[in-house]
Amino acid sequence: MWASSRRGESVFRGLTTGSGVLVVASIALIGLFLLIQAIPSLLANQANFFTSTEFSTGDPDNLRFGILDLLVVTLKTSILALVIAMPIALGVALFLTQYAPKRVARPFAYVIDLLAAVPSIVYGLWGILVLAPVILPVNQWLVDNLGWFPLFSQGNLPVGVRGTIFTGGVILAVMILPIITAVAREVFAQTPRFHIEAAKALGATRWEVITMAVLPYGRSGYIAGSMLGLGRALGETIAILLVISASTGMQTLSLFDGGYTFASLIASAASEFSQPLPTGAYISAGLVLFVLTFVVNALARVVAGGKVNG
Amino acid sequence: MSTALEAPDQPASSPPFQPISTARRLKNTSATVLVALAFLIACVPLVWILVEVVIRGAGAIFSADWWGRSQSGVNPEEYAGGVYHAIYGTIIQALLCGVIAVPIGILAAIYLVEYGRGRLAKTTSFMVDILSGVPSIVAALFIFALFVSILGAEQSAFMVSLALVLLMLPVVIRNTEEMLRLVPDRLRESAYALGIPKWKTILRIVLPTALSGTVTGVMLAFARVIGETAPVLVLVGYARAINYDPFEGNMASLPLLMFSEFSNPEPAGQFRIWGAALTLILIVMIFQLGASVISRFSAIQK
Repeated sequence: MWASSRRGESVFRGLTTGSGVLVVASIALIGLFLLIQAIPSLLANQANFFTSTEFSTGDPDNLRFGILDLLVVTLKTSILALVIAMPIALGVALFLTQYAPKRVARPFAYVIDLLAAVPSIVYGLWGILVLAPVILPVNQWLVDNLGWFPLFSQGNLPVGVRGTIFTGGVILAVMILPIITAVAREVFAQTPRFHIEAAKALGATRWEVITMAVLPYGRSGYIAGSMLGLGRALGETIAILLVISASTGMQTLSLFDGGYTFASLIASAASEFSQPLPTGAYISAGLVLFVLTFVVNALARVVAGGKVNG
Repeated sequence: MSTALEAPDQPASSPPFQPISTARRLKNTSATVLVALAFLIACVPLVWILVEVVIRGAGAIFSADWWGRSQSGVNPEEYAGGVYHAIYGTIIQALLCGVIAVPIGILAAIYLVEYGRGRLAKTTSFMVDILSGVPSIVAALFIFALFVSILGAEQSAFMVSLALVLLMLPVVIRNTEEMLRLVPDRLRESAYALGIPKWKTILRIVLPTALSGTVTGVMLAFARVIGETAPVLVLVGYARAINYDPFEGNMASLPLLMFSEFSNPEPAGQFRIWGAALTLILIVMIFQLGASVISRFSAIQK
């Protein structure tokens, strides 16, 4: 009996440890196999991978691809999304933890969490067919009145095309809002009671309690949550593919350009993955995206410093 | 002394409680308004999307053939056919993924809570965070690179399930881990005191105590992977008719059906897209509601 029990222990321990190791291994394998598949295409590449704006893979003997435009579009959409989502998420998290009565705070929080449950293809659908026509006049107004400012100049899309980076950024902002809110809410709720009570005892108003106690305690968590949101925005695929129109023109600083992000370019070419060398070009773009999200998520974890789990 | 005599009706020192100055009060009020406004703004897209999808999709899902027919033999401009082939694909891909991801996820969570000490445990916990941030398109590319390009497997629904495993694992692990940590240590210690080995304690005492929370977490993980589109774009082709075999051939799923109908210029295409969107949201909601019902009825007694 003792022997079987001991064997049971070691088998069970082995199984659980093995599953943990499998998770670690899967990340290593993702990096490894993407790299293995990317190297032959990178060697055959006739253009500079980091500075070229081309992405032509039609002729396997003359591959010319670079990630500069992809990087620019990905950063423009993601940063715009952050700029819109961060203040709103801060407000929502403060509202749910510091303002809303306990009884309604939970259902309200559930409503925000539901935003994360909407599939991204539905966001894309709504974005291009419903939201984009509504945003178009805003687009046009910004171009007409603030066009001298590089961000708002007329982009590389014909006038009247709805699928701009601006629209894509707004959709992404909605998609990452629940992520940032969830993390910020968790951290704000952990603010030590005596910090809050000390501030109140000094006669602080509710807003002063927040600036003196809640925000200093929760700042790192809020930033970590925003970085998790950024990671999500960098890799969002289908919503961006549906919303942002393709464009052959040069990328400018303008938010009204079209174009592809890393993820949307890969998805757009997915049906043509037949020959190894052209496919490898897209896989190398995927590798860059993997490294980007890895770094952003790792930084988020470091910034959070153990206050946030997940 | 002298001041008190000069103005006997005034207090000798300023009162300890002063009224809040107008500037501070104004700041406080405007902050209150702003955070409430932020919440309202955040609710707008949710309500807008749901209303829009319900209004535009209701016609389709109440049409006669919607739940019982496929798109086989339906012309692009016809308002006919249904999506049961896509519903089948969506469900079977998620289930196959769950069969792989749920046991591994629960075991890994047990490792992190019960056994994991030292460097390996820290690395695992870190990698779970990284895995939860891996974009779905990258997971799909990895499965493509490993299984299709290198091992020579055919594109099939099973490949999609494998990619979904990578996306589902971190959600299962994190939720289970949280539940296991809620199990009071005195339960474990009572079991040890009776001479029960650790693995039996975990299987018979700890897991059953955390079961409802774990089931909730698994349901939420299903809700997350069910709407994923990027893996189906890369790893399986669209089929207009039903295909029961997830290991061979093309298979439809709701996101893939929506994506392929996007290239259909006919109004009937839009009809199907919105119908499929509503169907997809309904399926996700079933999992979400199921999860919250289970968690409400059986929370761990602290």
